[in-house]
Amino acid sequence: MTDIGVFKVIPPRIRLAWTRFAGSIQSSWKTLVIWTPFFWLLIFFLAPFFIVAKISLAELVIASPPFSNMVQWVDGSVVTIRLVFDNFIYIFEDPLYARTYVNSLKIASISTVFCLLVGYPVAYGIIRSGPVAKPLLLFAIILPFWTSFLLRVYAWMGLLADQGTINSLLISLGLIETPIQMLYTEFAVYVGIVYTYLPFMILPLYANMEKLDSTLNEAAADLGSGPINTFFKITLPLTAPGIIAGSLLVFIPATGEYVIPDLLGGGNVQMIGRLLYNEFARNVDWPVASAVAIVLLLLLVLPMAVYQHYQAKSSEDT
Amino acid sequence: MVNKPPAPEQSKEQGPSQDADQEPLLQIRAVIKKFGDFTAVNDVNLDIHKGELFCLLGGSGCGKTTLLRMLAGFEAPSSGKIIIDGKDMSDVPPYERPTNMMFQNYALFPHMSVEKNISFGLQQDGFSKSEISDRIDDILRLVELRDYKKRRPQQLSGGQRQRVALARALVKEPKLLLLDEPLGALDKKLREQTQFELMNIQDKVGVTFVVVTHDQEEAMTLSTRIAVMDKGKFVQIGTPTEIYEFPENRFIADFIGSANIFEGKVIETSVNHLRIKTEIGDFDVEHNIEVSKGSHVYIGLRPEKIHLSKQAPEKKTENQTLGVIDDIGYLGNTSRYKVRLESGRIIDVTAPNQVRPKNRTHHITWEDNVYIHWDASSSMLLNK
Repeated sequence: MTDIGVFKVIPPRIRLAWTRFAGSIQSSWKTLVIWTPFFWLLIFFLAPFFIVAKISLAELVIASPPFSNMVQWVDGSVVTIRLVFDNFIYIFEDPLYARTYVNSLKIASISTVFCLLVGYPVAYGIIRSGPVAKPLLLFAIILPFWTSFLLRVYAWMGLLADQGTINSLLISLGLIETPIQMLYTEFAVYVGIVYTYLPFMILPLYANMEKLDSTLNEAAADLGSGPINTFFKITLPLTAPGIIAGSLLVFIPATGEYVIPDLLGGGNVQMIGRLLYNEFARNVDWPVASAVAIVLLLLLVLPMAVYQHYQAKSSEDT
Repeated sequence: MVNKPPAPEQSKEQGPSQDADQEPLLQIRAVIKKFGDFTAVNDVNLDIHKGELFCLLGGSGCGKTTLLRMLAGFEAPSSGKIIIDGKDMSDVPPYERPTNMMFQNYALFPHMSVEKNISFGLQQDGFSKSEISDRIDDILRLVELRDYKKRRPQQLSGGQRQRVALARALVKEPKLLLLDEPLGALDKKLREQTQFELMNIQDKVGVTFVVVTHDQEEAMTLSTRIAVMDKGKFVQIGTPTEIYEFPENRFIADFIGSANIFEGKVIETSVNHLRIKTEIGDFDVEHNIEVSKGSHVYIGLRPEKIHLSKQAPEKKTENQTLGVIDDIGYLGNTSRYKVRLESGRIIDVTAPNQVRPKNRTHHITWEDNVYIHWDASSSMLLNK
């Protein structure tokens, strides 16, 4: 009885007010948690994006910074907004840009396919390895990140050069007489991209495959399905989310890659990253450089949207 | 089922109801399975005939699942032979065996609908489209899931998934259907219901079932024969009645149901009776085996075969002793009494609650002095 009596001492109105107050603190925390990533994206992604978009719609002028203002005050009272689409028209009219975009997408696509062809069996092998080997193999996949990316690309230059390790070895073995040109070819760019981005393919595949129930393979075998059929009917469809995630993680950065085509491809391989750098640093044409970046972004948003759509669909299913 | 002890000369592997002329559907011959130093299955021999519902019963780690996986072909025996329908399975991969398995976690393909899950096995056998859809309709009618064709496994309840798994394994009409803890994931009520469903289905399709379970109740209700396994070996093979009423040793008596077990010495032998001296007194035991005077034996006594009363039993010849009620466990339909004897030994007695407590005239309660008595035929002679 005393318990109930104590409860009655607090008038219901005060209790209600307290509940509301406590609730509002809680919900403000919730709001903060939810909005933090939005603020992050706003400051570090959306704002720079709009600045770049703004520059892409400006005109090149000899000044610092080297582009015209979008908003101008005429006679101190009239506001004029000038949007210049010349940069985009220029990009579309000059075939160099179209060719470079297509070439970038081609190199990124082929590299992604090779990453998948190499990465899938590797991820599968790691999943099937023993409890001792598994963490070691995973560690080995991440190990290259301990060394600077630039240094690793330079190492490839040393390996692929005419007087490099591979050619010297082949010549000393008597297999070839004159060095094969590997450095400054598309081949070198492929090697560099596949080598650099392979972990980004393997890790999401590994994460996906680890969730795979191995009894499903047994069930398929039990129902009369041979190993190859089981792979295509069971394993492959169930690892599709990993394949998509890994492919996007390779494809998107590979498309805009600058260092690898510049160092391993030299002048022979045009990719959009190099073009962008040339416009920005050599020609000091910020507006065209910005327009190149915006077009690239739009090209990449498309596969990203496809991925998001797929993710949303698969999370609906489970 | 006739309640008689198995004739000792009958071979262990042959159930009493089996046709000895017919070749067994499944023959397991001296099968051993080792994982490193650990022997999971240790020299096992077994014959299972067509139409049987056979249970492999045992605690976890006894080797029952390993044996089942060897039948399905997921594990290869370290030595020995498995012969199904007259064919040696040694080099036959799982996808070419005439067996289908229902997995413990059901292993339904999450990316396929119920229909696709079931048709998967049929497609491997190259059936025509129309035949596949006919068979799916038939099997879904059998497991009462016709309205769930298009559902994904994750949209089904546990009981429905279990039925899809069963349908998927049954639809290929295997010679041998292997079930790994088929009812383990279901709650008690659903499990009891499904047990009978499973028996009905087995009756209808006539497929031979081999069921692995750790649940003795499940094994008792489902099977025509049970093999009790321990440490990779069969301890006893027999019908549920044989296993329960005529356990061969203390392990079985204790593992299946519960039993009060006494150690004793034979002090008198007659044609079919033994007089045995135990820590709680001298008792008569009915038997059918040759036991010499003075030998050391164990007797087991099921709690429900002991009578409990406040008055002295009328039959003076019956085995009886006095005790005090130490504890009572009320289970609703029955009560379990712990009776403390003079020697300090506690005896478990189970009695049905046929009358509601209010109307009971001879209500037994804590600290009551009681007689416990049992028939000479009720005690089981155990060999070790």
